[in-house]
Amino acid sequence: MKCTRCREKAVVQLRHHHSNFCRECFLLFFERQVERGIHKERMFTEEEPILVAVSGGKDSLALWDVLVRLGYRTTGLHLALGIGEYSADSTRKTEEFARARDLPLVVIRLEDEGAAVPELAAVTRRPACAACGTAKRHHFDRIAIERGFPVLATGHNLDDEAARLLGNVLHWQTRHLAKQSPVLQPTHARFVRKVKPLFRVTEYESAIYAFLRGIDYVVEECPNSVGATQLVYKEVLNRLEDASPGTKLTFLQEFLRSGRPAFAEPEGERNSGTCSRCGMPAYGETCSYCALLASAERRRARDAGDDDTEEREAAFGGRQRE
Amino acid sequence: MQITFLPQRRQVEIPGRRRVRDLLKDLGLLSGTVMVIRNDELMTEEDVVGGDDAIEIRSVISGG
Repeated sequence: MKCTRCREKAVVQLRHHHSNFCRECFLLFFERQVERGIHKERMFTEEEPILVAVSGGKDSLALWDVLVRLGYRTTGLHLALGIGEYSADSTRKTEEFARARDLPLVVIRLEDEGAAVPELAAVTRRPACAACGTAKRHHFDRIAIERGFPVLATGHNLDDEAARLLGNVLHWQTRHLAKQSPVLQPTHARFVRKVKPLFRVTEYESAIYAFLRGIDYVVEECPNSVGATQLVYKEVLNRLEDASPGTKLTFLQEFLRSGRPAFAEPEGERNSGTCSRCGMPAYGETCSYCALLASAERRRARDAGDDDTEEREAAFGGRQRE
Repeated sequence: MQITFLPQRRQVEIPGRRRVRDLLKDLGLLSGTVMVIRNDELMTEEDVVGGDDAIEIRSVISGG
């Protein structure tokens, strides 16, 4: 199989682009795809400092790598989620990536901020992913605002966006459909612009890029992702893609071009106040994240109180029987 | 050939030689969902693997 561009031996085949590439030509292709998406969607300029959310996985590290190579000013933001060995490995690989390239990296440990994901998840009746998402969104915006970044970039790829779109369509989540976009403009003074520069590239292409660049990323999946609905959607879309290459890209791109306008909501004011604990936007007294932390604190206090009660009974129980 | 599946860290031995395309089909895997790696090199669907090869089949799908 020969490279479509230079006729050397190809190492990757991209059916949805009717192309095969050698290593060098694929890397160039990938960078151009990302750059085209950034310019077409006006995500950011070369003058703006970009905060890049990096988990240690292939997509976020590939994103950070390509943004640096394209000449953008970046700082990484890593949240240490406290999910056992998986999180420890993620943090280690992110720190190694940044150190090897002499890139600035901010690391926030959730347990230092009040509670790690397992504890936050324990106080909700929902899957851990809900608590994890709330914590991530809170700290992404908070750090971006506090450190003066106008834009936050995440490593969401075409497969992520197509799976999210499929879920939104299957459940006719019209509000979400109105807002699904590779660029989210802030709706509050303490929110920043959020962009997804990898939205045009598949997970496969992102993995190939990371591999060919020699990026040591976390291969293991988050233990909380087992059985996740998004994985089912991805499987369905990959079967469609296998039967008809280009399905995922068409699904997303045509939605952005023709489908989303049909769901657009009139601009109206949703009155949001300020969280009394942290100052971030909130629709009640506290924001969702601070409400989670408060629940975790109450549970800790209750558990500590139960321990005291058991100790007292153990100390006095014998005397009472006397 | 010995095949290691990641992230599952499962290993199997498969006899004979065949094209990667046929290997993936036999394993029930779609080509756009995994990287096939031999000696740190990417294999395409047209490449032939087998014999004493140590192959890594690495999933590219992330859960979230």
